[in-house]
Amino acid sequence: MTKPLSPWGRVEAALAMLAVDPAGVKGLWLRARSGPVRDVVTQALPVARRIHPVIDDVALFGGVDLAATLAAGQLRRSMGILSGAEPLVLTMAERCPPALAARLSRWLDESGPCLVALDEGAEAEEVLAPALADRLGLFLDLGELAYSDIGALVLPAEQIAAARRRLAGVVLPAGALESLTTVALAMGIASLRAPLLALAVARALAAWRGEAVASDDTLRHSAELTLAHRGDLPEVAEDQDSAPPPPEPGEAEEPQTPQSDRIPDEILLEAVRAALPADLLARLAAGKAARAAKGSGGTGAARKGNHRGRPLPPRPGVPGSGKRIDLVATLRAAAPWQPLRRHAPDAVRLEIRASDLRLKRYQETSDRVLIFAVDASGSSALSRLAEAKGAIELLLAQAYARRDHVALIAFRGLAAELLLPPTRSLVQTKRRLSGLPGGGGTPLAAGLRMAFDLGLQTRARGMTPTIALLTDGRGNIALDGSANRVEAEADALRLSRLICAAAIPALVLDIASRPQAALQRLAASLGAAYVPLPRADAHRLSGVLQSALGA
Amino acid sequence: MSQPFPFSAIVGQAAMKQAMVLTAIDPGIGGVLVFGDRGTGKSTAVRALAALLPEILAVEGCPVNSARVQDVPEWAGVKSGKMIKRPTPVIDLPLGATEDRVVGALDIERALTRGEKAFEPGLLARANRGYLYIDEVNLLEDHIVDLLLDVAQSGENVVEREGLSIRHAARFVLVGSGNPEEGELRPQLLDRFGLSVEVASPRDIETRVEVMRRRDAYENDNAAFMKKWRAKDSALRKAILVARAALPGLKTPGVVLHDCAALCIALGSDGLRGELTLLRAGRAQAAFEGAGVVTRGHLRSVAASALGHRLRRDPLDEAGSGARVARTIAEVLP
Repeated sequence: MTKPLSPWGRVEAALAMLAVDPAGVKGLWLRARSGPVRDVVTQALPVARRIHPVIDDVALFGGVDLAATLAAGQLRRSMGILSGAEPLVLTMAERCPPALAARLSRWLDESGPCLVALDEGAEAEEVLAPALADRLGLFLDLGELAYSDIGALVLPAEQIAAARRRLAGVVLPAGALESLTTVALAMGIASLRAPLLALAVARALAAWRGEAVASDDTLRHSAELTLAHRGDLPEVAEDQDSAPPPPEPGEAEEPQTPQSDRIPDEILLEAVRAALPADLLARLAAGKAARAAKGSGGTGAARKGNHRGRPLPPRPGVPGSGKRIDLVATLRAAAPWQPLRRHAPDAVRLEIRASDLRLKRYQETSDRVLIFAVDASGSSALSRLAEAKGAIELLLAQAYARRDHVALIAFRGLAAELLLPPTRSLVQTKRRLSGLPGGGGTPLAAGLRMAFDLGLQTRARGMTPTIALLTDGRGNIALDGSANRVEAEADALRLSRLICAAAIPALVLDIASRPQAALQRLAASLGAAYVPLPRADAHRLSGVLQSALGA
Repeated sequence: MSQPFPFSAIVGQAAMKQAMVLTAIDPGIGGVLVFGDRGTGKSTAVRALAALLPEILAVEGCPVNSARVQDVPEWAGVKSGKMIKRPTPVIDLPLGATEDRVVGALDIERALTRGEKAFEPGLLARANRGYLYIDEVNLLEDHIVDLLLDVAQSGENVVEREGLSIRHAARFVLVGSGNPEEGELRPQLLDRFGLSVEVASPRDIETRVEVMRRRDAYENDNAAFMKKWRAKDSALRKAILVARAALPGLKTPGVVLHDCAALCIALGSDGLRGELTLLRAGRAQAAFEGAGVVTRGHLRSVAASALGHRLRRDPLDEAGSGARVARTIAEVLP
């Protein structure tokens, strides 16, 4: 029977492997807040260059060194960090934007030896970009380690060198490849990189431990270090039918299958599952979901880009990585100094220094669309409808300042109806809202579906949709129009998950006289804020909406 | 890495490999979109394709890989008229690439150091007559997508900025890959891809073990592994060249055209691009199989990838568009 690694033993093993075979294990995802424990670990990391998440392309890939070029009067290039063969350390990795993650992934795929991602994420939604997480072999979470648990981290250079020499000769036992694949699949890891990395890690660990053939312990420990954090939530009950059938009496005389010489897959699987605290997987999964659902809240994503939008004043800086030079402003900045800089009196050439360079800046705001899905059924009192109308008009009245569009969907009877397509016109809104009828059943699912479709449409037009659902939550008409309460609720939940998956931010306003549990469930599956508003007037409603949407 | 993973050594993923071979036979099909989970070999396949493609003949030093001397753009200042063989370009368009890098821009270094107004060609120039590969295409910024749409349609890149006025040919095959969980693709861009395939990780142990075995051999016993697969790769390259030559002589019976239209009507795909792509892909498939005539069987084998992404999306259809296409094919083309 094999033994699991102690938490500190895991740290030691991971760092040793990183030192022995950086190109094979590809890197380490180190999740820890800054602190003494992390300091001890980072000090033991191999020598590496540090990069940060807002690094630009010139620094990564190299480019024209503008300051040196201008000073020398001839072209000087700078070396990019990624052209070197050094390992990299990415600090604050949880803030790594997808563009940088894509570049680093490519670097890892093609030439890079290894990357250590220091993830300081505190909240569940702050995790490493999935493209990188998939490619880094090792994972460590130092959250559980106290300073008193740790020992000195010494990785003697000669021991590492010896392990490197052994690395090429390490043999994995027969069936190791199969069992690692099986375990990865049983854990619900779709990516095929995971078992490959586990193989490389097993080789490195065996070399470090001086084993010519990797032992069961080594296999188990490498699976713990590489596979455990990738799986879906452990489903212990799933493999009931995969239990081996009882042996037939006739087969008993036959010699044992050759599989008996290696660690059984089930034991390996259990070991991997037990390797990490259960709530860590839950937290990582929550982080993945939150990342997907992270819409652009607030007032329609305002971005300070360098490409389009309203021009902002130019600022000094060095062009590159998407920053464009503002020639006029640059010349204007250089102009006053020309007489001083000219060495020869008859020189005509402009003398431009790096400090003169000015960059273009633009600000761009995408329009926000507020989609109201309002319950106009008989159970929602008619007065509430009037309040909703009032709130819409109040919001629209301020819309010009914030470039908000408003749309209104009412659901009643058997279906939903788009009463007001996305608009900014207050006049049109008032005219359309005046004739909003009420009464009938509550086709909540139909309302959600129309809101979802409208959200996708407006997004395709470059706007940022937000759904505000006003209802008392007693949905009783299913999507197909039948009056079936159970099916109606199932439909509504299904749609809410779709909306959440599409990352459309939403807000649920409960207008029933007492808070509804069903509606809270719906809000949770929408990933939306739930606001009970038993006695709201139009002013309060619009106030709540504005504060909830961060307007 | 010196040599990419051999194309023929990729285990399974038949639809993806078929789609890539078809665009290699007929670039007019218009690109491949590969959507699927991480670690399913999407980027491996694209890089392998680059090594598989036959070489092209281009003017030496030409930034846009012109096939004839008179096609070389004036601004390039190419003196030599010598033709050289170079590998089919497969250019990566990284996420977050700027407009300047994509379309080209004023050459700032020459402007500042020598005071010359010169054009620095971008990625689109380098991708001419080859492939433009966009990983994580669904995360690409909107303004870059707009640029690409425009160029992909006209086959020409027009740069009007910073006092430059430049145009050059930019005909390339778009290859995009992405993970649908991270974002949808705009329908306009979706429509520009001729074929789309969805890849998933294999779910059975044997296939997965085989993938691992080959990858492991590639990494740890490279020379022997490459030698083993080189023959298959060059056979495939030959087959592509033969199919290219056979393409113009291929017969397309009227009944096949009728089938194309009937299938697209039954599926309710928008526009006529669906029919046209389906036919082209069917012809390429027929040429690849060495058939003289396009048949219904050829259409059937390419219909899912040619039409799957052109259907109106039904958010509640959990089976996905692939199942819908398969159902309709069974009904319309029995």
